[in-house]
Amino acid sequence: MTTPVFVGLDIGSSRTKVAVIGADRGVLGHAVRKSGTDFTATAATCLDESLEMAGRGRGGIAGAMSTGYGRANVAFVTTQSRTEIGCLSRFGRERFHEAITIIDIGGQDNKVIKLDGEGRRASFKMNRKCAAGTGAFLEEMSLRLDIPIEAMDALARESTEMVKLGSYCTVFSATEVLENIRHGKKVPDIVKGLFYSVIKRVIEMDSHDGQVVMTGGVVAHNPYIVEMAGEMAGRPVVLPEFPQLAGAIGAALYALDEADSSGIRNNISAGENDG
Amino acid sequence: MAEEKKTIRKKIQAADTMNRIMADYFHELNDAAATGKRKVAWCTSVGPAELLQALGFAVHFPENHAAMLGATRMSTDLIPAANAIGYSPDICSYLTADIGAYLKGITPLAKAYPGIQSVPKPDVLVYNTNQCRDVQDWMAWYSKKLGVPSIGITSPKNVNDVTDAHIDDVTRQIEALIPTLEGIAGVKLDMDRLRETVDLSRECTELWRQVLETAKAAPAPLTFFDGTIHMGPAVVLRGTQRAIDYYKILLAELEQRIRDGVGAVDGESSRIYWEGMPVWGRLRQHSELFANLKSTVLASTYCSSWIFPAFDGNDPIRSMAKAYLELFIVRSDRYKEKYIQGMIEKFRIDGIIYHDAKTCPYNSNSRYGLPGRVEAETGIPSLVISGDLNDLRLISDEQTKTNIEAFIEQIAEGR
Repeated sequence: MTTPVFVGLDIGSSRTKVAVIGADRGVLGHAVRKSGTDFTATAATCLDESLEMAGRGRGGIAGAMSTGYGRANVAFVTTQSRTEIGCLSRFGRERFHEAITIIDIGGQDNKVIKLDGEGRRASFKMNRKCAAGTGAFLEEMSLRLDIPIEAMDALARESTEMVKLGSYCTVFSATEVLENIRHGKKVPDIVKGLFYSVIKRVIEMDSHDGQVVMTGGVVAHNPYIVEMAGEMAGRPVVLPEFPQLAGAIGAALYALDEADSSGIRNNISAGENDG
Repeated sequence: MAEEKKTIRKKIQAADTMNRIMADYFHELNDAAATGKRKVAWCTSVGPAELLQALGFAVHFPENHAAMLGATRMSTDLIPAANAIGYSPDICSYLTADIGAYLKGITPLAKAYPGIQSVPKPDVLVYNTNQCRDVQDWMAWYSKKLGVPSIGITSPKNVNDVTDAHIDDVTRQIEALIPTLEGIAGVKLDMDRLRETVDLSRECTELWRQVLETAKAAPAPLTFFDGTIHMGPAVVLRGTQRAIDYYKILLAELEQRIRDGVGAVDGESSRIYWEGMPVWGRLRQHSELFANLKSTVLASTYCSSWIFPAFDGNDPIRSMAKAYLELFIVRSDRYKEKYIQGMIEKFRIDGIIYHDAKTCPYNSNSRYGLPGRVEAETGIPSLVISGDLNDLRLISDEQTKTNIEAFIEQIAEGR
């Protein structure tokens, strides 16, 4: 028999992420798409794709939780929501059993979240009203440089002499990039400079306690950023499995918690043996 | 966390009375300017209003007018007019909104109070830089534009303990204003009238303190957002019997709420302190956001800044100087930290929200490490939100909402 599943939907400003987990908390299915202009339709597509991957239908959903910018746009599956900060904390608490600092780089927001040794959220910070250090910054630069965003990681790794960009501001940084192009700097060195700029903005937001963990779409697609962050922070930085899905998995875990607290899961568990 | 629920806000019945006395105040001010029967003084919010009242001036408060521009969400369209004449978008958005409104010939008074066309033309402009330097620059612009004198007090700032030397300084500065003001008013200062005015101010602010302290009750009968509206008479009518009469009515209603166990927010589950300016154009949204989270923002530095225990009719000018100096905004971080810690204890606060208002550094106390020091001392968590008092271009509603929801989640999880 198939056992019911728990769904987390993270409708971000740039991408919609859906994760399906089983009662054993393992990830059974997932999907990521551009959020686009119709959050509800995108979420529905991602939901069905991830359920299919999990070998389930919508009828198998025992609980669902939404998060992210469009968290109120998925009433077709759930009206329960938590903030991204809450969901990332829940993800961190599940995967790490020590004090951690989660650095999440999203399309529009950066977050630095600190959990204590018991997994309690000690504090959090979000970026101010500024795209510096976010995925939006890299997307803008990818357009300006006419380099596909997915090609940036490999390019940055080729750098031999990184270009340093000094400005906070995306617009000013773009001017600096143009200036460097005019001076004949190599593209890989400029791209690495862009990565450095993103990391610097995020690392500088707060101090870091315990194990540093990075999540979000930017690091999922550009793992070199995590390596560079480790060098900058002078300590190893962990990239967990499913970094882009961290918020969605956290939301799914909350859905499972809710089922636990309301007794639904006990009823489910009585009939499950393949979870 | 539940989302997008319809919130029913509980009306404070006394609001109708307040609206009436505020309307009377604005009409009297308008009449004074229109008929010339009384001279009009413009005064910064904690300027020497008592002295002006005692000399018979009708007193207009530009900061109150600017807050109205913010609350009516007119300010964002007006600020660029001031930017265009050289007043930066980075400086006080009260100043830029108010000057912008003047340049465009617009005032929210015209809509709210039929018969009023414009702000009352001043005969004199009086400032106290205890708020900030911007108030002096603000009055300076009108002084040049309207050809009226701008005079005032240059206040000490970052004061740890208010000493006799500080009080002597400001006392002398207040005294130095008197001959000029007497000349404009056409009367000599009647010291008995000044004593009476200062005593009335003292009584008004004492009642205002009692009103705010009803929020010590759990559930709290009023919120910070209510306070920002109901402080109107304490700002513009201190020194008058009308303000005193109003706060007696308001206090009675709030005390009745306490007896009845009625909270401003149903199911109050967390108690929040607000440090910094309100976001005037978002009062309703913020009020509803917190109410939906069953969280009461119940105490604030801002509303409490109109409590002046120092006023004393027996020594009117010196006590005015002391009152204007003891203000939170005039004080050092060391003082501010102790003050906030006292408020946390008094109101049994679960979390502090610091509003970092982009254009108001003087009322943004999150920029020199203060939140971290208060948190280390008290263990009470805090959140800094970026925003502004009047310039809505500087606000990200979604970021604010996410931050506040995550903060209330954190408080709930910490229990």
